[in-house]
Amino acid sequence: MSIWVNKDTKIVVQGLTGKEGRFHAEKCRDYGAQIVAGVTPGKAGQEVDGVPIYNTVDAAALATGANASMIFVPPPFAADAILEAADAGIDTVVCITEGIPVRDMVKVQRILQGLPARLIGPNCPGIITPGETKIGIMPAHIHRKGGVGVVSRSGTLTYEAVGQLTNLELGQSTCVGIGGDPLPGTNFIDCLEAFEEDDETTGIVMIGEIGGTAEEEAADFVEQFVSKPVVAFIAGQTAPPGRRMGHAGAIISGGKGTAADKMKALEKAGIAVVPTPADIGSTMKNLLDALPLAGM
Amino acid sequence: MKVHEYQGKEILARYGVPVPKGIVITESSAARAAAEELGGRVVVKAQIHAGGRGKGGGVKLADNADQAVEYAEQILGMTLITKQTGPEGQLVRKVLIEEALPIERELYLGIVLDRAEGFPCMMASKFGGMEIEEVAEENPDAILKAWFDPDVGLHPYLARKLAFGLGLEGDAFKAGIKFMTALAKAYTDTDASLAEINPMITTTDGRVIALDAKIGFDDSALYRHKDILEMRDFDEEDELEVRASKFDLNYIKLDGTIGCMVNGAGLAMGTMDIIDFYGGRPANFLDVGGAASEERVTEAFTILLSDPNVKGVLVNIFGGIVRCDMIARGVIAAAKKTGLSLPLVVRLEGTNVDEGKQLLQESGLDLIVGDGMADAAEKIVKATAGN
Repeated sequence: MSIWVNKDTKIVVQGLTGKEGRFHAEKCRDYGAQIVAGVTPGKAGQEVDGVPIYNTVDAAALATGANASMIFVPPPFAADAILEAADAGIDTVVCITEGIPVRDMVKVQRILQGLPARLIGPNCPGIITPGETKIGIMPAHIHRKGGVGVVSRSGTLTYEAVGQLTNLELGQSTCVGIGGDPLPGTNFIDCLEAFEEDDETTGIVMIGEIGGTAEEEAADFVEQFVSKPVVAFIAGQTAPPGRRMGHAGAIISGGKGTAADKMKALEKAGIAVVPTPADIGSTMKNLLDALPLAGM
Repeated sequence: MKVHEYQGKEILARYGVPVPKGIVITESSAARAAAEELGGRVVVKAQIHAGGRGKGGGVKLADNADQAVEYAEQILGMTLITKQTGPEGQLVRKVLIEEALPIERELYLGIVLDRAEGFPCMMASKFGGMEIEEVAEENPDAILKAWFDPDVGLHPYLARKLAFGLGLEGDAFKAGIKFMTALAKAYTDTDASLAEINPMITTTDGRVIALDAKIGFDDSALYRHKDILEMRDFDEEDELEVRASKFDLNYIKLDGTIGCMVNGAGLAMGTMDIIDFYGGRPANFLDVGGAASEERVTEAFTILLSDPNVKGVLVNIFGGIVRCDMIARGVIAAAKKTGLSLPLVVRLEGTNVDEGKQLLQESGLDLIVGDGMADAAEKIVKATAGN
């Protein structure tokens, strides 16, 4: 088991004819992901590395049965690409694009409320179920199949955590990069809920950062609904207020969104909050080792 | 992106938000003509991006043109220190001369994105002139909120709710509704990330006017607002940060001594945190990005070494898209080009890590290899402790 994507997931790549789209789609395919179609308006009939291109997501889904999408469309057109995928009935829409205007995402979120599609991202590394499929730009080789669910607002910090887990022989069920934007399609709670329900997931790593109150809301959720051990790290303990730390969403403003507040809320919910990213893997291992063995 | 108060007001006026009549000057000799044109009694306001200007002595009420000249002379060219500028302050290069208005009440009106709701939220409070964070802390009920869909605009009933809540009456009630509707449209149409009017005043003759305006814009949307992009004032930004942005590097200067170069914003913050954990202090946030080239790495290195406070450098790379061998080449080139004599700790992990490490070893550079984040942070803190 895993959450949302597995070896049977069929993927259409929006922006496959672009340099980035093509490069990463090939890496995903090398990992075993089923890349079944590409979409670039006006380029139907062409092929990229043997993958057929369609004019619309609708046509691609109809012809190939694609149920997931990976978006590499430039920021001015990315919101429209997300809506096109959702409207075509795609279940899981993964948007890698960074720099989509907030106003566009307000619109996307409102429209998606009425559709069944799940949006992951934007401005994210994507989602990977180790040993099965990869829809995103994360380095595949650091992953290992197993029981730790990972959810994160940051890309490379996720790789750091995954690298530590794998070195300790702790595999991952699914790793979700929810992205560094202020309005992510999928949030911590969505992932925590899915990991709690997933039989294969035994523990959860959650990586947050300054800005907003998503971590505080996640802490409430964990306290009420999550029985599995959770390890959390919050990046930006030393970040000054009022400065945007790279990600559009990573900013302490109006006294809100500090790392200290988030860490306090998470600790109060019984989550193991680590002071540095270097402690993520070992803390997860200690918690899992302390669990009673299944079936005993 | 931030703009000055006078620029914010210029934008708001285009959308029909009432603002005081004002003239921007850069020479105090222009103050007399400006004050006389505005009726003699004027407010002289320093134009810097940081807030808290009044308390720092950057805003003064002049009774006549003579006094306006006096104040303009004082304020232009002064280094204004407010709680937002930091101890080094900010040089005042422009002054806004504005008509003084017959103020009746000082209110607060602001719009920000509410991430939890997924919509912009208009906030109003009777306690204008105070910091809204303090009001929120002490008396959260005193802040009225209305969420609106930018594609629809602020519904009249929402504006009415806020206007009644603020206790506006008669002409001021009607003017308040118009003000709020116009501000919501300005916020939406310009892709603002913040529109704060503090205070929004009512006058004794029933008008509602934006006495101050703090407007910020969504950087990601600036491509569709060339006119706003032209308002960017590089004098208000850190020189190194501006230089970094030209190379698509995300650099923010901090006040510590350990320079860091990292790929990815989250990992860069995490690296700052772990330096702090081991007793050091980061000199900067620097994300070289996912598409870092050798040239960009070299430029990044040069920029972080331009900070005279830097006593040592920590390079922390987890190669995903970025290849470690490419980073290693950049680091070697930069260290040689800059004649680096400071302690340098390099931690590489991920794609092509072995090639990267080998290049560093063969480079002949005097560097320390970090094995994992904790080890690397500990080593750079130790190496810089004596300096």
